[in-house]
Amino acid sequence: MSALLTFDQVAVGYPGRPVLEGLSMALESGQMTAIVGPNGVGKSTMIKVASGALRPDHGRVMINGFDVADLEPAERARHLAVVPQATRVPPAFTAEQVVLMGRTPYLGWLDREGPSDRAAAAEAMARTRITELAERPMGELSGGEQQRVLVARALAQSARVLLLDEPTAHLDLRHQDETLKLVRSLATEHGLAVLIALHDLNLVARFCDRVALLSNGGVKKLGDARQVLTPEVLAEAYGLEIHVMDHPVHGTPLVLAG
Amino acid sequence: MSVDSLPAPAADRVRRLAPWLWTSGSLLLAIVMSGAVGPVTIPPGTVVGLLLERFDLLAEAIEAPETFRTILFEIRLPHAALMALAGLALGASGAAYQGLFRNPLADPYILGVASGAGLGAILAMTVHWPTTVLGMATIPLAAFVGAIGTVSLVYAVARVGRATPVTTLLLAGVAVGTFASAITSLIMLLSTSELRRAISWLLGGFSLGGWEPVLASIPYLLVGVGALVALGRPLNVLQFGDEEALQLGLNVERFKLVIVVAASLVAATAVAFTGIIAFVGLIVPHLVRILWGHDYRRLIPLAALGGASVLLVADILARTLLAPRDLPVGVITSVVGAPFFLWLLRRAKNEVFW
Repeated sequence: MSALLTFDQVAVGYPGRPVLEGLSMALESGQMTAIVGPNGVGKSTMIKVASGALRPDHGRVMINGFDVADLEPAERARHLAVVPQATRVPPAFTAEQVVLMGRTPYLGWLDREGPSDRAAAAEAMARTRITELAERPMGELSGGEQQRVLVARALAQSARVLLLDEPTAHLDLRHQDETLKLVRSLATEHGLAVLIALHDLNLVARFCDRVALLSNGGVKKLGDARQVLTPEVLAEAYGLEIHVMDHPVHGTPLVLAG
Repeated sequence: MSVDSLPAPAADRVRRLAPWLWTSGSLLLAIVMSGAVGPVTIPPGTVVGLLLERFDLLAEAIEAPETFRTILFEIRLPHAALMALAGLALGASGAAYQGLFRNPLADPYILGVASGAGLGAILAMTVHWPTTVLGMATIPLAAFVGAIGTVSLVYAVARVGRATPVTTLLLAGVAVGTFASAITSLIMLLSTSELRRAISWLLGGFSLGGWEPVLASIPYLLVGVGALVALGRPLNVLQFGDEEALQLGLNVERFKLVIVVAASLVAATAVAFTGIIAFVGLIVPHLVRILWGHDYRRLIPLAALGGASVLLVADILARTLLAPRDLPVGVITSVVGAPFFLWLLRRAKNEVFW
C-alpha cells in the first residue's frame, strides 16, 4: 500500500536551534500513529510542516504523491486536515458555521456554500454526533463539544490525512476517551491516515496502532505500543524512571512515572 | 405584535430582515433630515416630494419655492451624499480592519491612512501648489496619495520573510503613523498662515461642495466596499488566526493583502474628501456586532449602512448645534462617540462583546 503522508529527510528549525533534523516517516490509510516525546522535541513542528504552516529547510513532505511545498493552500487542505487544540475558538460562531468553514478549500473567495457543502457539513456533524449543537455558539459549548466541532470541521474538508495536535490536552477523562474513540473509528472505518501528537502515553497505548518517539530531531523509535512504550526506551527519552505494567481491562501497556 | 408571536418561519424571516430594514430605513430618514435641516428649513415632506419629483416618480410637479430646489439639489444633497459615502466607507473599512487584526480596537486609520492623508493635505495647503492638478482638486488628491503611500510603506516595513504577521503590521502602522503626524505638526508650526484651514481639515468635515467630489469618490468606494462586502466568508475563516486559516485552505497572505488594499482604498477616499473623522469606523462595527452578531458576511454591509446614517446624523448636529456656525463633524463624532463607546463597553461587559 502506498503512503498517504510521507516525511522525507525533513529538517526545520529556528536560527541557532534546529528542531527537526532529517526526520523520515510514512503514514498509511487506516493507521493511527501517535507522535510522542518530551516538550520541545518537535511534535507540533511536525504538524506545522505537514500542513504548510512552516516550510522545511531541507527535505520534503509528500501528500498523496504531491510535495506540500508545491501545493496551493486550498489544494493541500483537500488532502490534509488539521484539528487544533480548542483553546482559542472565536466564541460567537455557531457550531454549524465552524463546520462549514471546513469547506474553505472547495470554495473561491467570492463563493457561497452550496448544497454539496451543506451536505458534507451535515454528514461530518452526524459522524461526530454534534448535529443537535448546530445552532449553538461555540462559546456556550464545553471543551469536549468544541473539540468535536473542530474534528467535524476537519472531516468536512473530506481529506484523507488527519493531523491532531494534543486534542485531549484540556479535556476531562470522559471527553478524552470520547474524542480518541471517534478519531480511532475514523481511521479504522473510513481509512483515514491519522497522525496525532499526544502527551498522555496511556491514551497512546489504548488507541494508536503505531507510536513514533521523537528525539534529537528525528524518529528515535517507531513501532506498536508494546515495542516503543518500554521502561528502557521511555526512561532514556524522558530522563526519568518509568514503570510499565498491563492495563487491567485492555491489556495495553500502562505507563507510570517515578 | 412581537416577533415571538409569529409562526416560526415568518418570525425567522423577520429576524433575518430586521437589521437590513433598520439600517436602510435610518439611512433614508437621515438623508431626508439632512435635506430638511439648515439655515432655511425645508419641511421633510417637501424634501421627499422634491426627491420623487426629481426621479420622475410624480405625475405633476409639487408646489415649492424654486430656492428649495436649489438649496436641496445643489447644496444639501451633494453634501449629504458625500457624508453618507464617507460614513459608508468608514463603517465598512473599520469592520474589515477589525476582522483582519482580530482586534476590537482597530479602526479605518490603524495603518496610517489618517496621518498619511493629513501629511499630504497639509503639504498641499502650505506649499501653495495649484488648487487643481489635471482637473482634480489638489487637497483631496494629495491626501489620497499620502494615505495610500503611508499604508504601502507600513505594509512593506511589516513584512517578515514570506509573511506579514498582523502584530507587526499593527506596530508598523503605529510607528509610521506617529512619524507622519509629527512631520505634519512640524509643518503646521512652521507655517502660520494656513493653520486654521489645516486644523479644520484635520478635525474632519472638510468638504469641497457640489457633486464633483461625490462623483469622484464613487468609483473607488464601489470597488473597495464591494470587495469588502463580497469577502465576508473568508474573513470569517480568518477569525481562527493566520495559521489555522491557512490550514483550512485559505491563501492567508494574499487574502490579507487584498483586505488591506480594499479597506485602505476606501478609508483613503473618505479621508481625502471629508478630512479625518474619528470614532465612526470604530463604534459602528461594534454596535452592529452587539446588535446583530459577528458574521462578517452581514457585519460589513450593515456597518457600511450604519456608518452612513451615523455620520449623517453627526453632520446634522455639526451644522445646527452652534448655528449659524458649522462645527467640524469630527468634533461631534468624537464628543458624542467617545462617551457612547464607553457606555457600550460597560453595557456589554457581561456578554460576548468580541
